[in-house]
Amino acid sequence: MRIDGAGRIDRSRPLDFTFNGRRLQGYGGDTLASALLANNVHLVARSFKYHRPRGLLTAGNEEPNALVQLERGPHTEPNLRATEIELYAGLDASSVNCFPSVEFDLRAINGLASSILVAGFYNKTFMWPKGFWKKVYEPAIRKAAGLGVAPDAPDPDTYDRMHWHCDLLIVGAGPAGLSAALQAGRQGVRTVLVEEASAAGGSLLQRPSSIEGGDGAGWAARAAAELDTLPNVLFLRRTSVFGYYDHNYLMAVQRRTEHLGPGRSPGVARKRLWHFRAKRVILATGAHERPIVFGNNDLPGILLANAACTYATQYGVSLGKAGVAFVNNDHGFALALETHAAAKNLVLIVDVRANQSEELEKRAADAGVRILRGAVVTVAHGGKRIESVDISPSRGAGQVRLECDHLLVSGGVNPAVHLFSQATGTLRFDAGLACFLPDACRQAVEVAGALNGRFALASAIADGTAAAARTLAALGHSTPAKIAPAIDSLNLLPLWSVQGLRDEKLPGKHFVDYQNDVTEADILLASREGFRSVEHTKRYTTTGMATDQGKTSNVIGLAILAGSLDKTIPEVGTTTFRPPFTPVTFGAIAGRDRGSLSEPVRMTPMHPWHVDNGAVFEDVGQWKRPWYFPQSGEDLHAAVARETRALRTTAGVMDATTLGKIDIQGADAAEFLNRVYTNAWTKLPVGSCRYGVMCKPDGMVMDDGVTARLSDDRFLMTTTTGNAARVLDWLEEWLQTEWPELEVHCTTVTEQWATTAVVGPNARKILRILAPGMDFSNEAFPFMTFREGMVGGLQARVFRISFSGELAYEINVPSWHGLTLWKKVIEAGKPHGLTPYGTETMHVARAEKGYIIIGQETDGTVTPDDVGLGWAVSKQKDFIGKRSFSRSDTTRTGRKQLVGLLPRDKAFVAAEGSHLVADPARSSFDPVLGSPSIGHITSSYHSPNLESAFALALIVNGRALHGQMVYAVKGTDLEPMTIVDPVFFDRQGKRRDGFD
Amino acid sequence: MLRIDCPWCGEREEMEFSYGGQAHVAYPKDPQSVSDEDWAQYLFMRDNPKGLFLERWVHSQGCRRWFNMARHTVTHEIFATYKPGEPPPKAGQ
Repeated sequence: MRIDGAGRIDRSRPLDFTFNGRRLQGYGGDTLASALLANNVHLVARSFKYHRPRGLLTAGNEEPNALVQLERGPHTEPNLRATEIELYAGLDASSVNCFPSVEFDLRAINGLASSILVAGFYNKTFMWPKGFWKKVYEPAIRKAAGLGVAPDAPDPDTYDRMHWHCDLLIVGAGPAGLSAALQAGRQGVRTVLVEEASAAGGSLLQRPSSIEGGDGAGWAARAAAELDTLPNVLFLRRTSVFGYYDHNYLMAVQRRTEHLGPGRSPGVARKRLWHFRAKRVILATGAHERPIVFGNNDLPGILLANAACTYATQYGVSLGKAGVAFVNNDHGFALALETHAAAKNLVLIVDVRANQSEELEKRAADAGVRILRGAVVTVAHGGKRIESVDISPSRGAGQVRLECDHLLVSGGVNPAVHLFSQATGTLRFDAGLACFLPDACRQAVEVAGALNGRFALASAIADGTAAAARTLAALGHSTPAKIAPAIDSLNLLPLWSVQGLRDEKLPGKHFVDYQNDVTEADILLASREGFRSVEHTKRYTTTGMATDQGKTSNVIGLAILAGSLDKTIPEVGTTTFRPPFTPVTFGAIAGRDRGSLSEPVRMTPMHPWHVDNGAVFEDVGQWKRPWYFPQSGEDLHAAVARETRALRTTAGVMDATTLGKIDIQGADAAEFLNRVYTNAWTKLPVGSCRYGVMCKPDGMVMDDGVTARLSDDRFLMTTTTGNAARVLDWLEEWLQTEWPELEVHCTTVTEQWATTAVVGPNARKILRILAPGMDFSNEAFPFMTFREGMVGGLQARVFRISFSGELAYEINVPSWHGLTLWKKVIEAGKPHGLTPYGTETMHVARAEKGYIIIGQETDGTVTPDDVGLGWAVSKQKDFIGKRSFSRSDTTRTGRKQLVGLLPRDKAFVAAEGSHLVADPARSSFDPVLGSPSIGHITSSYHSPNLESAFALALIVNGRALHGQMVYAVKGTDLEPMTIVDPVFFDRQGKRRDGFD
Repeated sequence: MLRIDCPWCGEREEMEFSYGGQAHVAYPKDPQSVSDEDWAQYLFMRDNPKGLFLERWVHSQGCRRWFNMARHTVTHEIFATYKPGEPPPKAGQ
């Protein structure tokens, strides 16, 4: 309920919102959490495993319980912490993880079955029978588990990113961060201050405070205003630093429109991802209060003391009429009293300590709050809200039950060391504070404030100033050193779990990790089962593995583990802190890199013609290549049948622009090719081309292609489409790192040339129409040569090379003429049956000839000899990979070799990648009794020219097995295929030169 | 993400660079005269130290040139970058 006159909310700005379908009202400055509590809504969620009723535990980023689904439709975002959602008019949120509703959750039956839902339950239970996991267990578990629901429509919002360099990055605008920013900012240092809340202040907003005789919140507002006027300071609010990486690289996400509601700020990116590179960093990330484990410590109405104080002080919200506090330290004690000062509802402070300071005793007495010393809360009672607590002396007999409607808990403080730890900083355990503090870090980072154990306001401010002074000195500014204050004592008596103090077994569940429903009993069970490492126990029990990454649970969990192992907490150590500190949406990470902007799309100059003529495209790397050109009613099969028939009987035309092209120049160019290709290049005449194979030093095929000699010291190399960049990098690597003495320069010219391949028996006729001035006779222009001349009125370079076995000419013109030439070719080819074809027909035609494709017939384990290219390997000269051809593994028998396969059933197109077996009698599916694989299918098509399906395959000793039968897997059957020569079509090569 | 000092271009973000494995592993002058053992050593065996490592990088999204780096494999501290053919910096430099 709301406290009259209290809080920093704007009561002149009432805001209507909806929670679980209920219409409620809050005020400007509220969070969803504070607005719900103001409306007496304490039950906000159901727990993950047992579906227990849960309420708000905290008021900040560490909230484990109050996860909500915000908004509906494409804007929806799951699993947001209600404590961090700023209220806006019309906000619509609902609880996650409830079926059918948060008030009545059918799955709470899991709570009754909880004795079997213990640590490792899933590992132990769902193993057998085999096969049940996928069909029965997993779908049921997935339905029951999981938190919110992912949006099922494309995200309509935009997101952007910013890269920012600065001298100093300060994380956290509480008292320590603000004082550091003021000092650095006034010195002119290029500073960024990042704060996750909407305004500066941190604890100054959450507790009553006084600085320089005035209200601490006012001081924070003035400091923020001054920082905003400084041109060298960037102060980002609503921005969470979630990752701290190497070399002071930090990432943050800024929520730019979340506080306005969806669709309210068109043209503004919803979130912005910041990439910071900072010379120095000051972390002032504060601390999280820690719960104490006792029976039913998860009931709604049980909150951390600082959360209660925040709701009262910042939001003017009281948690009920009769409150009890349960503490073990001065910090929590004081927070309880500060809450009472605003809410006037605290009845009793149960303090496990036997003595308190005179000052706190007096403050309690003045406030009329009783203290029960040396006592503990053992069990809380209630259903959807706490109704009473059992209180006992910390040791010994006796128990009273006290009615209450809320309970404040403080078990100490955990400095928020997450970012420091991500930065590879080490931690040290402070026995007095019973917490981990930052120790040393090799990155250029300072820590200040509560993170550094300076919890009191004065020491936090002094510590921030001292950290700034050290940073300024490191940046080369002359600045007087400031003496850092000592660590504050909390007068804390360590207390992790009440059960640990009591001899009798306490009733109820004792939660350590609220979000993953991990209890103290789960951790003790893991310990009994032999888990010793904190990392293993974490994974076995799932402590700290929920979306809150255990901000309220990790230290308690490892303290309980340490106790059960009779070890100290530092001996057990912490688990690893990893980014992100709080969850980040994929939208924010993707930024503008979505859809067509996620990767460049490369199109050839002829692309518009392909589109106009109905091409179906295939992605080859980043390139769009026509896959086939269907005519009305044709599917892939029919189109390819027509295209391949044209190719073999009349003529086809293909856009071959995407093949990689590298211009290689220099006095040593021929020598260089000699070293990188397996065959010889020095004697290749100018005007001729040669097919070349490239290997890695291990002798395995890397790439292939045709290279032409343009002049004595200049070659044009072609590569496979997908390998163009890799091959250029490869050439550069050898030139720069191994052979710097060679005078050779390489540059990519792939996009400078457009290539039109005219293929088929009528190709010569078509070229004669296009280039009457050139001599296309076989004698004047033989296979594997090129000629320059005017083609279709354009200066062109024509190569007589073939990837289909047919007479073929590849016409290269500067790319800006590519479309013009293509259209002229189409026009000239009309009387001669010229048919445009795509990559599928190209594949069928090349496979019919047994030509390999890199990455299809080769996979990095295949030598030139394995794929029948031994003829292209020089016996004389040395080249990259040659030494490996005399290694035992490449000379042995039993290597897989390229063969052709013809199925008995001519309609059977085997799946590429299918394994092949020799003995069909043995079931190939039994790993013990089955027939071993003797190879696999690398390419498989239907050939209209062969009137049969056919395949290429790599088979052990395959070249010696021509004529034998192998069996390919077809569903649950085996299909017989005959091993044949990999050249299926025109084995004599008669078609290459044409017939005219 | 590392901040890398390209010997030709100066400091740039790691995303502009590609990794090239251990440095100073020379391609044998005459591979045919190398024993099977030594050739296998060249092909397959590389150091994997916890600590200082001399390694190759290429400024693939920048000047496209190769260089060497002395880096600590645990802390990612970069002690030096230097051009191919130059000797590695001596300890303490």
